[in-house]
Amino acid sequence: MKLLKLVPDDTNIRFLRWRVPFYVVSCLLIAASWALVLTKGLNYGVDFAGGLEVRATFEQSEQAPVSEVRAQVETLGFGSPVVQRFGEDNQVSIRVRLPEGAEGDKEAADRIAETITANLADNFSDFRLDGRDSVSGKVSGEFRNDAVLALLAAMLAVALYIWIRFEWQFGVGALFALFHDVSLTLGMFALFQLEFSLQIIAAILAIIGYSLNDTIVVYDRIRENLKKFRKMPLPELLDLSVNETLARTVMTSLTLAVALIPLLFFGPASLFGLTAAIFLGLVVGTYSSVYMAAPMLIWLGVDSNSFVPEETVADKQEAAARRLS
Amino acid sequence: MLEFPTWKKIWLWGITLAAAIAALPSIFATAGVDWPDILPEPTVNLGLDLAGGSHILLEAEPSQVAAQRLENMEEAVRTAMRQAEPRIRIGDVSTQGDQLSFMLDDGSQVDRARELILPLMNGTSLQREWDLQVVDGQRFILTPTEAGLDNAVTSAMDSATEVVRKRIDGLGTREPTIIRQGDTRIVVQVPGLQDPDELKELLGKTAKLEFKLVDQRALPADVAQGIANPGSQIFPYQAGTPQEGLSEAVIRLGGIQGDSLIGAQSGVDPQDNRTPVVNIQFDSQGTERFAKLSTENVGQRFAIILDGEVISAPFFREPILGGQAQISGSFTTESAYALAIALQSGALPVDLAVVEERTVGPDLGADSIRKGMIAMLIGSIAVIVLMIVTYGRFGVYATLALGLNVLMILGIMAALNTTLTLPGIAGFVLTIGAAVDANVLINERIREERKRGRRVFAAVENGYKEATRAIYDANITNFIAGVLLFLFGSGPVRGFAVVLVIGLFTSVFTAVALTRMWVAGWLRKTRPQDINL
Repeated sequence: MKLLKLVPDDTNIRFLRWRVPFYVVSCLLIAASWALVLTKGLNYGVDFAGGLEVRATFEQSEQAPVSEVRAQVETLGFGSPVVQRFGEDNQVSIRVRLPEGAEGDKEAADRIAETITANLADNFSDFRLDGRDSVSGKVSGEFRNDAVLALLAAMLAVALYIWIRFEWQFGVGALFALFHDVSLTLGMFALFQLEFSLQIIAAILAIIGYSLNDTIVVYDRIRENLKKFRKMPLPELLDLSVNETLARTVMTSLTLAVALIPLLFFGPASLFGLTAAIFLGLVVGTYSSVYMAAPMLIWLGVDSNSFVPEETVADKQEAAARRLS
Repeated sequence: MLEFPTWKKIWLWGITLAAAIAALPSIFATAGVDWPDILPEPTVNLGLDLAGGSHILLEAEPSQVAAQRLENMEEAVRTAMRQAEPRIRIGDVSTQGDQLSFMLDDGSQVDRARELILPLMNGTSLQREWDLQVVDGQRFILTPTEAGLDNAVTSAMDSATEVVRKRIDGLGTREPTIIRQGDTRIVVQVPGLQDPDELKELLGKTAKLEFKLVDQRALPADVAQGIANPGSQIFPYQAGTPQEGLSEAVIRLGGIQGDSLIGAQSGVDPQDNRTPVVNIQFDSQGTERFAKLSTENVGQRFAIILDGEVISAPFFREPILGGQAQISGSFTTESAYALAIALQSGALPVDLAVVEERTVGPDLGADSIRKGMIAMLIGSIAVIVLMIVTYGRFGVYATLALGLNVLMILGIMAALNTTLTLPGIAGFVLTIGAAVDANVLINERIREERKRGRRVFAAVENGYKEATRAIYDANITNFIAGVLLFLFGSGPVRGFAVVLVIGLFTSVFTAVALTRMWVAGWLRKTRPQDINL
């Protein structure tokens, strides 16, 4: 049986030749992402904004009466709700933000949720409550803090690990690649105003872990080649390393992609956001391990001495010092 | 590296089978097959988002505990001073500014008063719970210490948790989880609940029942404006009562608290056999006090106050000596039943607010599992096809390892009694896609080694050796991210972290150790000169 080779054996793409333009574009994208996050803002779900979400099925209906539900909830005077079809055709999700000035009222979200549920059950005979989330302003504030802390802690911790296992330049490179991945994912969520919930934070943390896999494979090869080809110029050596590991990068990303795609299309509606975020992170993560993580090493001045055992370097310096004196 | 002595094989298979067998009860349960009763039955718990149910986070306000504690101290001090021989008269009592202060009428009694107050300041802990100051010779100031307040909040939360537990048990729901969280919170999880609002109403009810004498001197005009005589307090009538909108002035101290109840049942008024009422029974001390109160005040009105609202204010027509009483207000059968459960379980020592609720209906949960399973199946098939067409025999090994990996994750989750949540299903899919990464790295390295002209054995040996470094590094960084996710995440998101982290360990085991054993066995048996990779 002839086996499939997605990357031909003698592939030699000069990735690093375009490193400056790619870096410029990537940095612009990072800046654009943050600009979007800051101006347009993330579309926080109830986890982070506080408020409530009611999910319901209209059991006797083909189509959920979205506009009627919206009109009905509006009459209750809790501001304008976001009513969307969610899952099947006869299912909806109703989201209501905490009213202005209700941040201090711990039970506001819960009270409004109960009122809306009871009112809809009275007015729509085939209303069935599928689920309900209500989060008070205080709890959502804690979720926001925890999320930011978790993201920062995770990025720093894995970068620190890379630094310990490789060299500081690699740690910085990995950190920058992660920053790139997280920024672009956030930017996409801001651009398309996808709901940003606790699940998305989970997805981003998973991305932080998995987008590093490819980076580590490339770094591992760079380290190996640095020891092997002491005289090779760094850009050339990086290109060689990236090309040698290209088949791995492609395959590992592809296996993850084919596992995730069915979940995106056939999975439960409540997992769509999480899956989409991981998928997005996978795409930018694969790109960043080639174009963000590797070129950084050139600018941070990695050379073949980086992995010569410590005492040899120390000996050399000592010898140099002796020569000078 | 390719040497596999028998003991090593036994170990590897032993671990694999042990974990896989632990997964069987869960699989049987999903397939609807009965698991034999005599065997141990570790099953993976389904989270509320899959099984259906309610998660409710309750929070107390510590300042309320502090206020209650000051009030109790005031009552204790007044009683002690009144019962002293000779009586010590005090005045200008104030609980402003989170401290209790009062003046002795007679400055010469300071030392005796101090002697009587000191024992009242002892708490249950060894720390000092109150500071006592005497200023200007005869003014006493009692200030709660930080430690005293903390202890009070802790013990209030402990008993609140107990009360919550009793109330939920009163509802007869199955397997509720009730956990203290942090200093002021209680998590309640009830699976398979149909009506979360009923539960929340019960939990939210403080059920602080008080009997206080109506202040006879109060002028209706003053009461309507909310002006109370000194020593009196104004409470509004409960919504739904005939007197809704009106208020009642009552004497603040000297009433009876609902904590001296030993029983409460809902029933109907024997006079018309229709109106729902709640019958209560005082304990011996309560009976005594109620008898005394009713005997001394025959013909006077007293107010029955529930959670700061007056239910009714009947007359003491005759002394009530048996410790039995009937509360009638504007109850429905349901609300009388709920009040009876709440009174039986005792009053909450502090109000609890619902600050977070997550409810999932059972139908939605089942639907999520079905869809998740389908997606997982399609994804697995896609991964398997991709691995086999790319790596042939080595892809088959990776596939077998993948299957055992999924079984092992389930088995370990069951053995550790962890919970599978909806995001946990995504965790499985992610693990399936990522677990074969190790095989990709190994197989690509073997390809490379072969291309460099190494012989089959050496190539395979080197492939495993050289790839392992990156595999470990990658898994450790994933582990770091997974642990942080577990630490910071809450509820369902934790279930995602659990699957990811367990999956990291099992995937290294199956994708590296098991496939190496299989590849080595095959190489030894057939001794191929070339391999199709």
